[in-house]
Amino acid sequence: MDRLTHTGTFGRRDLLLAGAGLAGGLMLPGLRAASAQGMPAKIGTFPDGASGSSVFIGITTPLTGPYSADGTDAKLGYELAIADINAGSPMAKKWGLSGKGVMGKEVKYGIADSETKPNVAVQAQTQFIQRNKAIMITGSVSSATAIALEELAQREKVLNMVGLSGSNDTTGKNCQRYGFRSQPSAYMACKALGPVVGKALGANKKVAYLTPDYSYGHSVFDSFTAAVKPFGWTVATQQVVPLGTTDFSSALLNIANSGADLFVNIAFGADAVASTKQADQFGVLKKMKLIVPNISSFQAKEVGAPLMQGVYGTFDFWWTMEDQYPLAKDFVESFVKKNNYHPRWGAHIGYMQTLLWAVSVERANSFNPVAVIKALEASKSNPYETSLGKVWYRAEDHQLVRPVPVVVGKAASAMKNPDDFFDVVEVVPGEPLLQPIGETGCKMGSYT
Amino acid sequence: MPSLPLLLSQAFNGLALGTLLALVSSGLTIILGTLGVLNFAHGALFMVGAYAVYVTLQYTGSFLVALLVGGVFMLVVGVAIERVLVRLFYRRPPEDQILVTFGVGIVLVEAIRAIFGGNSQRVPVPSWGEGVTQLGFLIYPTFRLELIGIIALILGLLWVVLYRTSIGLVVRAGIEDAGMVGILGINVRRTFLLVFALGVVAAGLAGMLYAPIVSVNPDMGGSFLVESFVVIVIGGLGSFPGAVVGGLIAGEIISITSAFNSAYSEVMLYALMALLLVVRPQGLFGTEGRV
Repeated sequence: MDRLTHTGTFGRRDLLLAGAGLAGGLMLPGLRAASAQGMPAKIGTFPDGASGSSVFIGITTPLTGPYSADGTDAKLGYELAIADINAGSPMAKKWGLSGKGVMGKEVKYGIADSETKPNVAVQAQTQFIQRNKAIMITGSVSSATAIALEELAQREKVLNMVGLSGSNDTTGKNCQRYGFRSQPSAYMACKALGPVVGKALGANKKVAYLTPDYSYGHSVFDSFTAAVKPFGWTVATQQVVPLGTTDFSSALLNIANSGADLFVNIAFGADAVASTKQADQFGVLKKMKLIVPNISSFQAKEVGAPLMQGVYGTFDFWWTMEDQYPLAKDFVESFVKKNNYHPRWGAHIGYMQTLLWAVSVERANSFNPVAVIKALEASKSNPYETSLGKVWYRAEDHQLVRPVPVVVGKAASAMKNPDDFFDVVEVVPGEPLLQPIGETGCKMGSYT
Repeated sequence: MPSLPLLLSQAFNGLALGTLLALVSSGLTIILGTLGVLNFAHGALFMVGAYAVYVTLQYTGSFLVALLVGGVFMLVVGVAIERVLVRLFYRRPPEDQILVTFGVGIVLVEAIRAIFGGNSQRVPVPSWGEGVTQLGFLIYPTFRLELIGIIALILGLLWVVLYRTSIGLVVRAGIEDAGMVGILGINVRRTFLLVFALGVVAAGLAGMLYAPIVSVNPDMGGSFLVESFVVIVIGGLGSFPGAVVGGLIAGEIISITSAFNSAYSEVMLYALMALLLVVRPQGLFGTEGRV
């Protein structure tokens, strides 16, 4: 069941326009030129989805389920980006767009609730592709959903700007030609975090892990243990729990009895909130220092500053990075103005991925997904100017090469506003963090 | 092989987990057993209970007052749902009952989401439940220890009402033959209303007591609904003692399994349910042909 909160309807008039556009498009010299360069004239929803005065993007994001807090934040990011693009705002121009819309076309969109379930997301995006001729699909919280949507995108030949997804598999063994990910992979996040916590917390620690039982959880566990190995950190215990667990008491009892010095909590979203609360109640947080490799958007707000004080972790983006990047400042300010809170990284990914797609379309000068993919893949030589400074996609695995912020939780008394939960310890440059391409296991699919 | 102290700790944790599961399931089984209605809004009512505590705490700051106010609130909710909707469905086929209660559940969840948003809300552990208690072989959260006692008390009260009072007698007679009980001049409808409200209060109370432990958000009820189903299938559909014993068994299975490997604890629970359905389809305390 998809709950559409906003849909661009594809009416009879659009159909006529599309038909006219299609007929006219076939005679355009530009298209012939494109096919001359090896671009297929017709692929996925192109050119049907791009022949009218507007294009449609399909967004799936969990508005219900354990990851709904992050999903709702992401939705607001997408909406802000689309509003900026359609208005041809100064922000959109700074990111590199030419004017109103994308190549002059208005962006329409539909948002469906993916309920934190891959099958629901795939079903909704399939509808967006078939009914609305979505020219781009995006949105996920949970790598399970992200990977399922990448497969759909590859099959349907519709570009997928991956939403929230931290698993290495997203740009590793499950990478797809039609999928691009902006969030740091678990490998990048842990490689950034490892040296910071190694230095801050000392060598030769025994570590207890709480791992959600799917692609993301295992990915973070593998990457984190590898990143802290140089510091002599060992695994005291790993407790694997299903996504959506509500009572972690038995796992926490094992952790409490493991003799560990540190507790690495990989659980995410509502699961992270519940497990952190319960870990505190079991006295685990008194005995062990907490580390959260990838902190959920609202975790600090939901468990309260005292529990997150001194906790190390990483984000895709933290809003105080506005001090460092001018475009981040613009993004944070306009988001706060519209939504009355500081954007979290879910919103940042929604905003960034939408704008990167729009800019890439204009660089390709076509909505043809093959041309856009080639523009994205060529971004190393022509990096994007973004809220994270200059970034580019690695052509071999479609991972965004971008800095990773390492943060530490602030004391409640040190907070300057209700959203001021973290200090950014270090913003680690992205390129040295990348997993060597041979290790990723990524085998790209075909363009056509 | 895990050490003996760890196994003992997990066995104890299974008991604590089991009492919670028993309380969560009891509301579901009371309504199913007496009214024959499988209440799919059960998870949502559990969630509403947690929010009732969250809101009351904002104003009173006392967990006990919050429990009391929340309990009364759930009673009102239960009466309202029964009078307005469920009452009309007693004579309808089970699929209609499932659909209407499922719908009530969706409305409740979305109403809460509209009011409070999707983020988790913070419900602190009451001051009398803070900290941990040293039990010799293990350290255990004080609040969870107290919950075992509180829940045992609530379950005891429910048992007395259902099995040792004239109301309970009428309820059980009403199930056998509502028409005959009516002819005897007893108001069956009022009794049914009472039972439904009681089941709703039990669901709400479980949510209230669990609120400081779990993540309080609009979707929190879903997984508890599923777990309650498993528990009452194990214990026997509609059997109150079955829900209690089923809850304890489920708690022990989850806990003991995780002493070996936590990844398998849920799998083992479902495996047992499947096995039981093959060997004893009516569940441990269920009666064949009833419900």
